[in-house]
Parts: sequence; structure tokens; C-alpha cells
Amino acid sequence: MLELKNISYTVEGEKEIINDISLTIDDKKFIVITGPNGSGKSTLAKIIAGILTPTSGRIYLDGQDITDWSITERAKAGISFAFQQPVRFKGVTVKDLLNLASGGALDDVCACEYLSQVGLCARDYIDREVDASLSGGELKRIEIAMIMARKTKLSVFDEPEAGIDLWSFKNLIEVFETMHNEIQGSIVIISHQERILNIADEIIVVSGGLISARGSKEEILPKLMEEAEVDRAECKYQRGGVVAHA
Amino acid sequence: MRDDIKDTLLELVSGFKGIPNGAYNIRLNSQLDSRVSTENIKIESKKDKSGIDIYVKPGSKTEQVFIPALITHEGVHDLVYNDFFIGDDAEVTIIAGCGVHNCGDEGSEHNGIHRFFVGKNAKVKYLEKHIGTGDGNGKRIINPETVVEADENSYVEMESTQIKGVDSTIRKTKARLKAGATFVVKEKIMTHGEQYAETHFDVDLDGEDSSVTLSSRSVAKDHSRQKFISIINGNNRCMGHSECDSIIMDEGVVVAVPEISAYHVDASLIHEAAIGKIAGEQIIKLMTLGLTEEEAEQQIINGFLK
Repeated sequence: MLELKNISYTVEGEKEIINDISLTIDDKKFIVITGPNGSGKSTLAKIIAGILTPTSGRIYLDGQDITDWSITERAKAGISFAFQQPVRFKGVTVKDLLNLASGGALDDVCACEYLSQVGLCARDYIDREVDASLSGGELKRIEIAMIMARKTKLSVFDEPEAGIDLWSFKNLIEVFETMHNEIQGSIVIISHQERILNIADEIIVVSGGLISARGSKEEILPKLMEEAEVDRAECKYQRGGVVAHA
Repeated sequence: MRDDIKDTLLELVSGFKGIPNGAYNIRLNSQLDSRVSTENIKIESKKDKSGIDIYVKPGSKTEQVFIPALITHEGVHDLVYNDFFIGDDAEVTIIAGCGVHNCGDEGSEHNGIHRFFVGKNAKVKYLEKHIGTGDGNGKRIINPETVVEADENSYVEMESTQIKGVDSTIRKTKARLKAGATFVVKEKIMTHGEQYAETHFDVDLDGEDSSVTLSSRSVAKDHSRQKFISIINGNNRCMGHSECDSIIMDEGVVVAVPEISAYHVDASLIHEAAIGKIAGEQIIKLMTLGLTEEEAEQQIINGFLK
């Protein structure tokens, strides 16, 4: 179980990005965090992974205070984090990264299984370097395969759907569902995608650094869709008149 | 001289234990240690100076020749001239390399001048590894010079590796390419402590459709310094590409000096150089996989120099 207690994050001289957020992520839960751009979702994910240190508040993993733990310590304790913009490495291969992720030398069958699940032909990719020769979409899928290989109790994904248009959403969703069933850990996904929101046990809406709503998808999703409709309507209105005159 | 030091160095520079398979010439502390010629590869001592002539028979295929040079103690100043005569249509892999072990206070030095006369349509792969071992204060110095004369449609690939241990090195590589000839160089260097490494490339693309690719990857740690100089002259319709990619750490210094000159309107020449420290996000990514910062750094360097 992961618990955030009164977490705030402020960049010096700028506004508060996270403003006193408290939340609990129970074991084996599938949670999607959503909200407008710039609302603090990615910051929250980085605070969980240990990449950013909160200005105030505490973080507990299974009752243990991990606020002052390094990224490495948190990773070893069972937290995984998939970057929104995966990193490239000259000379490091896909297999090297999968081996590091799994914590030992993976046999080829296992490594290939992870790649196949994210829609990459294992034979073509296993020895490829994770460098500029790979597209953004390919990198995103490798990033997801790494998290699968880690098999940790908490996996956090920052907008995993971005840039993987060519691969069907259905497959991506299957990956998350399989992971959830097989690893029996908690999954937290930051996403704007309705189809990802739709498979969540619970949806958390972050807006302006605060949790503005939290509940089951049945409670939250209709409201979000309604707001989106209003936004779209306003957009049309603006295009039709106000903006043109401005 | 201890045999185990010799064996260890031999394995480090050539990758084999015991006696190699194929033709070989092992040079130990400026003297001939052992030599074997084969039907297709003849090795002879030079008459006028220290060194050997290596003849590869025209048309011979999948041949290998090992020519390691080893220094196992202090105060050795070795100078050797090795000439390779590769017959037309021959295919050969040459495994050179130099190991300097120095436990004493006086410096030891190996200067090797290798000239390659590569026949028409011949294919040569030249692997060279430089190693310095031993914990003495004496400097371990290796200065290799390579000259390549590549005849029409020949292909020469050169891989040189120097990972730590060598205090000072100045490497010079000169090549002159005739029509259709190709020269590919892959260089890997890692320096640490107070080491200095300098590499010069000077390539003349004389023949029509000749081409060269020079690629250098290096890591400079601690207070070590490196200099990369590449000169490519496009004297005909040709392709030239040089690439220098370096990671600097601590107080390490890397200087890259590219020079590409086109003396023909159909010469196409490119130079790329990138120098910088390891990106913070690369380290963070590997830390999220459970590596410590030091382990992450090591992993990134190992991959970069692989």
C-alpha cells in the first residue's frame, strides 16, 4: 500500500505545483490519474518514484516512511516508473535494458515474450540499440516492456499511450490487464484516454495541484465526459465568434 | 620475466590462450618470441631494421594472422616496423595489439609503425587492442602509426581499442585510397587518472568512388585529456564521414578538431562531433530500474564503448 500524506511541491519563485495532496493506493488496485495539462499529475508520479522530493509531506510504502529514500532504494523496494519521454542510450541494447529491469539475465524466451506483448517483433528488436534509430513509439513500447520485466508491487506509467498511435489501443489495454492479473500489484496510470480510464478500478482527477474528484469509474467518468462536451462546445463557440473578434 | 604476465597480456590483447590458430608472430620485450608461417601467410624478419614483413598470398580466403607485441617490465623502449603485403583478392583478419606491463619506476614504451599495402579487391580486417597493466610508477606509453595504401576496390576495416592503463598515446593513421576502395575505422578510447591520448587521422580519397568512415567513441575520466584530429581530403568523386562522440567526466578534457576538404565538386564529406557529460535522465532511468548512481554510470559507459 502506498500512502501520500499532505504532499506539496513548490518550485522556488514559482507557483505551487502540488498543493497538500493526500491519497492512498491500496494493494492490487488499478488507478488512473487524470486531469488537465499542467495540473501536477507528472510531478506527483515523479514524487512517488523519488525523482522529485516533495517540499512538505510524507510518503509511506507498506507503512514504512520512504520520503527520504533515493530512487534506487524505492526501485528496489518495489516501485517502477515508466517515463513519459523514454530515454535513449548509445550502445545499450533492448536486451541490456530488459536484463537490468528484471534484475538478472533474462533468457531469450522471456525477453522475447515481453517484446511480443508490446507489439514488437522480438527477433528484430532484442539486439537493437536504444538510440536515435528507434522511433518515439518504439521507445514507449520498450519502456512498457521494461516495467513488465520488473514485476513490482507498484507500477506507475506516465501517459503510456502518447506516441503509440500505430499500435492499437486494444493491445495496450490488454498489456495492462495482463500485468494486473499476473503480477497482482497496483498499477497507476496517468492518462487522458477515455479507453484507459474505462478499465480503472478508480479514477483520481487532479486539477491545479489538488485532487478535485476521486471515485469509481462509474461515478467519475460520466462527469468527465460531460465536462469534455462543454469544453468542445465552448471551443466551437470561440471559433465561431469571440476569438475571431479578439 | 614471468611467463604468467606474458600469458595474461597475450590473452588481453589477442583474446587467445596458448598457441593461436593460424600464422603468428609474438614479439616480447623487443625480441622475437615465437613465429609460425602458414601456406598462405609468410612472415619474415626485416633485414635492415627491427620488424617483420607479412605476405598474404593473392586469392587466399578466411586467413588469420596474430602479431601481438608485449612488454613485461620497466625500461623497455621498443620500436618496430611491420609491413603487410596483402595480395589481390585476398581476405585476411589481422589481430595486432600491444600490452605493456610495468611494475617498476622507469617508463616502458612501444612504438609500432604498421604499413599496409592492400591489393585490388582484397579485404582486410585489422584489430588492434592496447592494454597497460602493472602498478609501478613508470609510464606505459604506446604510440602506434598506421599507414594504409588501398588499391582499387579493396576494403579495409580497422578496429582499435584502448581501455585504461596506457599513460600516454599518440596514434597516427594515414590512408590513401584508390578508385572504389573503402576504409572503415572504429576507435574506442577510455582514459583516466592523468592519462593523455591523441589520435590523428589523415585520409586522402584519391580514387573515384572511394569512401571512408571514421568513428571514434571515447570516455575521458578524472584529469585525463584527449585530442581527436581528423583530416579527410576529397580529391575525387568520393564519400567521407567522420564522427567523434565523447563522454567527459570529472575534470576530463576532450578536444575535437575536424577538417574536411573537398577538392572535387562531387566529393561529399561530413563531420559530426558531440562532446558532453552523461545525461542526467539516463542515470535516473537506470536508477528507477534499481541501479545505484555509480552502477548506472558504469552501465552507460560499458554500452557506449561496447
